[in-house]
Amino acid sequence: MTQAVAPADAILVADDIIVRFDTAEGPITAVDNISFKVRPGEFLSIIGPSGCGKSTLFNVLGGLLENYQGTVNVAGETIAGPHKSIGMVFQEESTFPWRTVTDNVAFPLELVGMPKSKRIDRARHFIKLVGLDGFDNRYPGELSGGMRQRVSLARTLASEPKILLMDEPFAALDEQTRLLLGDKVLQIQQELKQTTLLITHNITEAVQMSDRILVMTYRPGKVKRIFDIDLPRPRTSEIVGSETFGRYVAQIWNDLREEANRGMLDEEKYALEHERAL
Amino acid sequence: MTMEVSRKTASRRDYAAPLVGLGTLIAFLAIVETLIRVGLLNRFIIPPPSEIIGSFGRLFLEENIVHRFFFTAGECLVAGVMVAVSGIAIGVVMQRFSLLQRACETWVAAFASAPLVLTYPLFMVIFGRNAWTIIMMGFLSALPPVILKTIEGISGTRKVLINVGRSFKLTATQQFWKILFPAALPTIFVGIRLGLIFALINIVGTEFLINFGGLGQLINDLAERYDLAGTYAAICFVILVSVLFFMTLEKAERWLRPVD
Repeated sequence: MTQAVAPADAILVADDIIVRFDTAEGPITAVDNISFKVRPGEFLSIIGPSGCGKSTLFNVLGGLLENYQGTVNVAGETIAGPHKSIGMVFQEESTFPWRTVTDNVAFPLELVGMPKSKRIDRARHFIKLVGLDGFDNRYPGELSGGMRQRVSLARTLASEPKILLMDEPFAALDEQTRLLLGDKVLQIQQELKQTTLLITHNITEAVQMSDRILVMTYRPGKVKRIFDIDLPRPRTSEIVGSETFGRYVAQIWNDLREEANRGMLDEEKYALEHERAL
Repeated sequence: MTMEVSRKTASRRDYAAPLVGLGTLIAFLAIVETLIRVGLLNRFIIPPPSEIIGSFGRLFLEENIVHRFFFTAGECLVAGVMVAVSGIAIGVVMQRFSLLQRACETWVAAFASAPLVLTYPLFMVIFGRNAWTIIMMGFLSALPPVILKTIEGISGTRKVLINVGRSFKLTATQQFWKILFPAALPTIFVGIRLGLIFALINIVGTEFLINFGGLGQLINDLAERYDLAGTYAAICFVILVSVLFFMTLEKAERWLRPVD
């Protein structure tokens, strides 16, 4: 299904990642022996059913989770904790409500001590890039959910990370906004040749944007298959209507359906056991 | 045309509540005035509102109320600065060390509801009959809400904002000043607002009790002279000051956090 990525070509290498959690029901393995590599400039999506450990993997890659086995290597450096080469965009709304759009986007530039006038110019560049020019002096409270996510994206891009790591950034948005924002992310990714990792449970979103898609199994999360998406670039959401697109969606859904079913049965079983315990 | 009509309706709606409020107050005063005049209320216990209103001029001309107001306001300001600095600092330290928080939070909450004004003799012994005793009474009563709201505000910071800070490799100090503190500020300000109101009540109360200082002492003086109309006018003045104080704090809060 996919061609192996030689380590020398890879900007990110995840090797044998295992994450275990202690719960009231005993220890569980959330992520089990996950290994993959990402090429520079590549768009890789990681897809799986709810509860497969996608967000756990996001935290491992972003350096927010410390207790795991295996290694994450970024541009030849093994990471321990958050790394300046990785910029994270979170699923939840994460703008700072006390800062204007410009001040939000300029946040990482402020941290590196960039002079105020320069960082405002730089922030405006990224605000324009995400299509929010004219909203520079607004506060997040005055913006829609989609606009706020674009502010978060611009803020992360302003730190000029080598790898953009996104955890279901459009999950809380409606389908139309999601497709349009997908276009925006694609446009930016193509313009900046930005290496991007997208964690998602949305097949359409993954196929629309990715060069490769890694499908995860339901608990414990393992790599089930990696798909190469051979669709022409530059892409927009118009590609959603093409026959090849539909074929990819069907193939991935075939792989994912079994895992989603397992997840659903597991949740039902847990709910019944919980009810009996009560 | 339609927009103009809706703007007019909206502006009428904006004024409706304050006008009804003012009307209710005037009606209440008119009823009290009538009851006193017909003899149903004793004018030696409650003076007629018209006499109270008439005494306001006297408070300004003879009783030096403006000077007294600034005296009390100064005490409030000193107590406010002290409570903001130390209350927030104590709250931050308690939130940072969970053992300390678990050990002391109940005590602080208990202090918030205790009649602290009764401790004024202790401060009289320590500081004497002067402004510091009054300031300390205000400070002490304002401290618990500021501490409790600081703990609540910092603990309530959304995890995702903390993770944003971590993803940008913020140091502990940066994490506090750039994320935790601004995120907690609206809740901390609720504590400061509550604290300053408690401080004002206790400062005026202590001034009354020790017969020293600004507005509280004035009320005490007028009451001892059995100048009932003047006493009630001074009490009304303190209420007006409290309302003004509360409104200023609300404006300051909105200025600190323009849009949420």
